[in-house]
Amino acid sequence: MSVPGILLISYGNFEKEFLNKIATGVKQEFLLPVSTEERHIDLSEFYDPMRRQYDANRILFEIDTITSPPHIKKIGLFSVDLFIPILTYIFGQATLKGSTGIATFHRLRNEHYGMKKDEQLLLDRFGKVIIHELGHTFGLVHCHIPDCVMRSSTYVEDIDQKSHNLCINCRSKIQTS
Amino acid sequence: MSGKISILIVDDEASVRDSLYQWFTEDGFDVDCAENATQALQILDSKYFDIILADIKMPGMDGLEMHRRIRSLNTDSIVIIMTAFASVTTAVQALKDGAYDYITKPFDPDDLSHLIRNATNQISLKSENEALKNKIVSLDNVENIIGVSEPMMNVLKEVERVALSSSPIIITGESGTGKELIAKAIHSNSHRKFNPLVSVHCGALSESLLESELFGHDKGAFTGAMYNRKGRFEMADGGTIFLDEIPTVSPKMQIELLRVLESKTFMRVGGNKEITSDFRVICATNKDLKKMVEDGTFREDLYYRLNVVNITIPPLRERIEDIPLLVDHFIEKYCTSMSRNNVSIDPAALKRLKHYDFPGNVRELENMIERAIVIGNGKEIRLKDLPFEKDIINNSIESLAELEKKYILKVLTKNDWNISRTAKIIKVDRVTLYNKIKKYNLKSPK
Repeated sequence: MSVPGILLISYGNFEKEFLNKIATGVKQEFLLPVSTEERHIDLSEFYDPMRRQYDANRILFEIDTITSPPHIKKIGLFSVDLFIPILTYIFGQATLKGSTGIATFHRLRNEHYGMKKDEQLLLDRFGKVIIHELGHTFGLVHCHIPDCVMRSSTYVEDIDQKSHNLCINCRSKIQTS
Repeated sequence: MSGKISILIVDDEASVRDSLYQWFTEDGFDVDCAENATQALQILDSKYFDIILADIKMPGMDGLEMHRRIRSLNTDSIVIIMTAFASVTTAVQALKDGAYDYITKPFDPDDLSHLIRNATNQISLKSENEALKNKIVSLDNVENIIGVSEPMMNVLKEVERVALSSSPIIITGESGTGKELIAKAIHSNSHRKFNPLVSVHCGALSESLLESELFGHDKGAFTGAMYNRKGRFEMADGGTIFLDEIPTVSPKMQIELLRVLESKTFMRVGGNKEITSDFRVICATNKDLKKMVEDGTFREDLYYRLNVVNITIPPLRERIEDIPLLVDHFIEKYCTSMSRNNVSIDPAALKRLKHYDFPGNVRELENMIERAIVIGNGKEIRLKDLPFEKDIINNSIESLAELEKKYILKVLTKNDWNISRTAKIIKVDRVTLYNKIKKYNLKSPK
């Protein structure tokens, strides 16, 4: 019988090794089996030509309808620029205490800010965003402990300031929930 | 202040209400929504909200009129006006009527976060009375600072005493004593805890990189600067900046730092706009700064500017009674991260640890325990799992260096020479690891 775990669904052009590294980080943090799979979605349905971005709420809703037993949580990974109506952009989005999240690396790339490409930094940042959004699906809200991955980050350098790890408080909340 | 801060969102667009509801719920606020001004006023009849975020343009009663009525309720709720139209006239009118601020839709996440943080700070300050300020607070978020020894208790008392002030602090301690943890504890127990703690490892950056990191840069400031970028001082606005390894800062940067610490204003590299930032500075050093001042290698005026409070962290050899607690803590930490059952420690191994002088302090102990768990039998940490007998029995400086070399090489090999992963495991930054690889002339087999 399969053990319930976390599913990372790739909707971008991610290399297998990149995904595997992300999966390893997620597994270490949540101590659950993590698997990856590739899927395709017609993103043009979610494109807003006025904003030239993709509607994260609608994409999240779409992914939420996917059934993927035995996974208890799933997160869609994208490379496009996501927004929600009230914000100019987002790095990720998830349903609090739900089962689904999404994350994009579009604004996590150094090149987006005119800086030198840094694959390792991108991997670090994307890993943190994914763990953060999955944390929300486990019912965690933002944490004010500086190191905790659940600390809110509203710009890219802010993500670099925190670690990949849940603090003791957040971890114990997951364990007791 | 106790309990969650409450926010009422008033907007006729469901997508806006839903997005903001999720955003603030994830931030730990108590959130309610109303789809028009009338409904909002009904809700306000029976419940107090700390913050009201209201759209200015709604069918029926608009946001400005609703704001006037809220004022007449004699409530001290903070009202923030949202507008899709960057109309100066309506925004100014809202501010004249006593609104706290306004924000234009769609928001930049950082602007929204900043605005709410400022509002939250104002609420926190309002709710604190003098008695609370004078009361001795118990420390939060110090779970990672392990110790019951008198020297560590004195450090924690000092942290408690200075956390609520905004005075600069120098934390002195040997490498591996946990200076950054103490800085985090101070920040987490200060009024600034909801704002960022921004760390800068001064020793890892060249002079020009440090300048750009600290002050940020404007587009075109140098080759490759294609966009404006915030510096660490700017990022630390409202919070704390932690300058690690402060003695490594060059004389030129020491002058720059002194100027910024005195004025709290600066300009980005290549910029011409003066930026003001309200930050608290905490520095860390493993060297005697006073002696550096006497030797002329550190500016006296900067030293006195920074040295308002000095916290000295004792080396591990001066708090032997903390070693068993630290061992238990690291066993739990690493067994959890490796998904293993907790192991115990053999009394002989613990005794040996208590008799070792730990030149690398807590970091060295942590590395020892992690290593012992990796190579051990999965049940108990034995004396032979610790790197004493084989590697450092001679207790000489050379043998310690040799031990470090062997350890780094082993972890590098195990991780296919992945620098980031290795640096993370051995708990040093990547620059330090590169320096050690160079120092020990280690070569990748590939």
